[in-house]
Amino acid sequence: MAFVVPKDTYNGKVFEVEIGTGDKAVKIGGENTLPFLTFEGAVPNMPVIAHEVQDVAPEDWPETVQAAYKGVSGDPVTWAKHCQDNLGAQAIALRLYSTHPDRQDTSPEAAAKTVSDVLAAISVPLIILGSNHAEKDAQVLRAACEAAKGRNCLIGKAQEANYKTIVAAAMAAGHKLIAMSDLDVNLAKQLNILITQMGYEKEKIVTDPMSSALGYGIEYTYSVMERIRSAALMQNDGTMAPPMLNDIGMYVWKVKETMASESDLPDWGALEERAIGWESTTAVGLIMAGSNLLIMRHPKAIETAKKVIAELA
Amino acid sequence: MALSGVEIFKHLPKTNCKKCGFPTCLAFAMKLAAKQASLDSCPDASEEAKSFLGAASEPPVRAITIGAGAGAVKVGEETVLFRHEKKFVNPCGMALQVMDTDSDADIDAKASAVATSEIDRVGQRLRIELVSVKDASGDPARFAAAVKRVTEKAPDAGLILDTRNTAAVEAALAHLAGKKPLIYGATADNADAMVGIAKAAGASLGVIADGLDALTALTEKITAGGFKDLVLDPGARKAKDMVEQYTMIRRSATKKSFKPLGFPVISFAVNADPYMEQALASIGIAKYASIIVLSDIAKWKSLALIALRQNIYTDPQVPMQVKQDLYKVGDVKAESPLMITTNFSLTYFIVLGEVENSKVPSWLAVMDVEGLSVLTAWAAGKFTAAKIAQFITESGIDQSVSHKELIIPGYVAILSGALEEKLPGWKITVGPREANALPAFLKNKAAAA
Repeated sequence: MAFVVPKDTYNGKVFEVEIGTGDKAVKIGGENTLPFLTFEGAVPNMPVIAHEVQDVAPEDWPETVQAAYKGVSGDPVTWAKHCQDNLGAQAIALRLYSTHPDRQDTSPEAAAKTVSDVLAAISVPLIILGSNHAEKDAQVLRAACEAAKGRNCLIGKAQEANYKTIVAAAMAAGHKLIAMSDLDVNLAKQLNILITQMGYEKEKIVTDPMSSALGYGIEYTYSVMERIRSAALMQNDGTMAPPMLNDIGMYVWKVKETMASESDLPDWGALEERAIGWESTTAVGLIMAGSNLLIMRHPKAIETAKKVIAELA
Repeated sequence: MALSGVEIFKHLPKTNCKKCGFPTCLAFAMKLAAKQASLDSCPDASEEAKSFLGAASEPPVRAITIGAGAGAVKVGEETVLFRHEKKFVNPCGMALQVMDTDSDADIDAKASAVATSEIDRVGQRLRIELVSVKDASGDPARFAAAVKRVTEKAPDAGLILDTRNTAAVEAALAHLAGKKPLIYGATADNADAMVGIAKAAGASLGVIADGLDALTALTEKITAGGFKDLVLDPGARKAKDMVEQYTMIRRSATKKSFKPLGFPVISFAVNADPYMEQALASIGIAKYASIIVLSDIAKWKSLALIALRQNIYTDPQVPMQVKQDLYKVGDVKAESPLMITTNFSLTYFIVLGEVENSKVPSWLAVMDVEGLSVLTAWAAGKFTAAKIAQFITESGIDQSVSHKELIIPGYVAILSGALEEKLPGWKITVGPREANALPAFLKNKAAAA
């Protein structure tokens, strides 16, 4: 018996979404096969990594990742430029974290000003994220959309509780949209349907299936992503065909493995390497499940993820 | 072509003798059809049935066991490509590479690192199971001496003999009676001799070829002679080749019943950049490798790989659970706040993480609800006022906690009245609905106290 390459053919295709403008714009998605299986299909765009930048100094980040941005993280413009110019960032993800009512409760107007300032300083694509407070995000992202008009940003996250305002704002200002639901294939589909019912094109959506850190539920994210991708390709389900985003930094840099000292837990080994490796391993796992865009924090973890992506081409 | 349970049933003795461990022949036939059982379990199967059902009754990826006794590692027996279809069966083994040109001290240190690699994660004892000794010297005596050193320092580890030299294998096997190593391995040039050695030693054999055409030709040649305890190396060393070749092998075996590739895969993640090595090993874990060889198992590195392996090989149908207990978070005192949540591991980890982030020392009572999240457990009637009250009363919490205030998850605020009735003298406080609001909640509470 001779070996015959076991090719599968799929009817569906992941939508290709472009973010940003000019020669620094990036495209994600567009594949018509499972991750990196070019023996049976086309993978026109490799996964992209966005560097996370916050509108406030990251005082609650663990020391290992805080230290990596020492001297630049006090100001979002300096921080974003550092990522672009010195770290070779393909995209910046600006999290308007200070707008959360439990934080500084920064006004939508002030947040919009930060967005304008960052956009003026960078040419790579910008992802604009709220503080994950449904009500406040609706106001903040509406103002941010307006401030970023013309730059083809990726805005989010639109969730079931607040999608209407955010979708309308993204549509009016011509931005792409992150749709996030709670770790469930059907909820992800449902949200995409609700969003398209408002007249927003499904080809402009990026799905956030909700991420989890390695060791803290990554298997749920992994399988939800594999099922979403299977639905897009095998069942040709257009409402499941947006590319997928994983906002992993915020999950990874909250778990004990990225914070506990080696003296407290000698079985866990050196803290710095362990923490960085925790983020890159989380990234690689989700890249295997079909991630098209990842938001990450530590430069060294990002470097590893990029190296892996280069080897996957 | 896979057979249905009914087709298989026609060839069984139909005595319902239960010797196979299943209640009826039909139940056994169904298990055979699902490739979850082997015909070997039926002592009364006729020769005709064996030959007819042989192919259908074997799992699509053959089981291979490396090592013997308590430390033996079984890999293979996989049936699917996606973990949401069915649980991945046997977690991949991980091996530390030792060079026979390493100094004695280095060999001892590496073997000891494997022997002491066991850690506890979510109640499971997990470890790096294997040592792969590489013949870098070209000297059979030196190779055998290195293998012997490893067995002395890491007696429970399974062994991989990484050499193409039959003389080196034979020299090493002299120290490995009954140890059932993996000989890695056989190429087109040495296959006949290697098969003979592996057969005699009861060892399994790695089959090395460049690409899947050549690999198929070689495994067919070897299995034609009746030897089937094989492990495959198609030559992939780059991320892209690993994903593609391992996917082709798993797909050929499980979807096409293609026997020549129905064996576990060995993957080499060895890389000069330790983060890259960790990443390549992660790709192997996700994408169907059954044995992964590493050049280094620094604790920070193997912790992440062990966690990823545990996550990927978790049964997607059975939620991971933590033990019912009263957990201390931080430097607790008798007057520290007391919270309750359920024992779904994800719920527990998220709540635990947020309580830790709050820096407010707290008691966390985790109740066994068969691994469901708070809202699901409440809906299923497992997290009710009566059951919570019983747990609090019987748990001996009053031995540790001096106050009588219980913080319940915001999603079950509805239970607070009934709980106060069932727990006389207790004050029930409704906490936040989402765990991420716990730091603010606990800090406010601490400030108010």
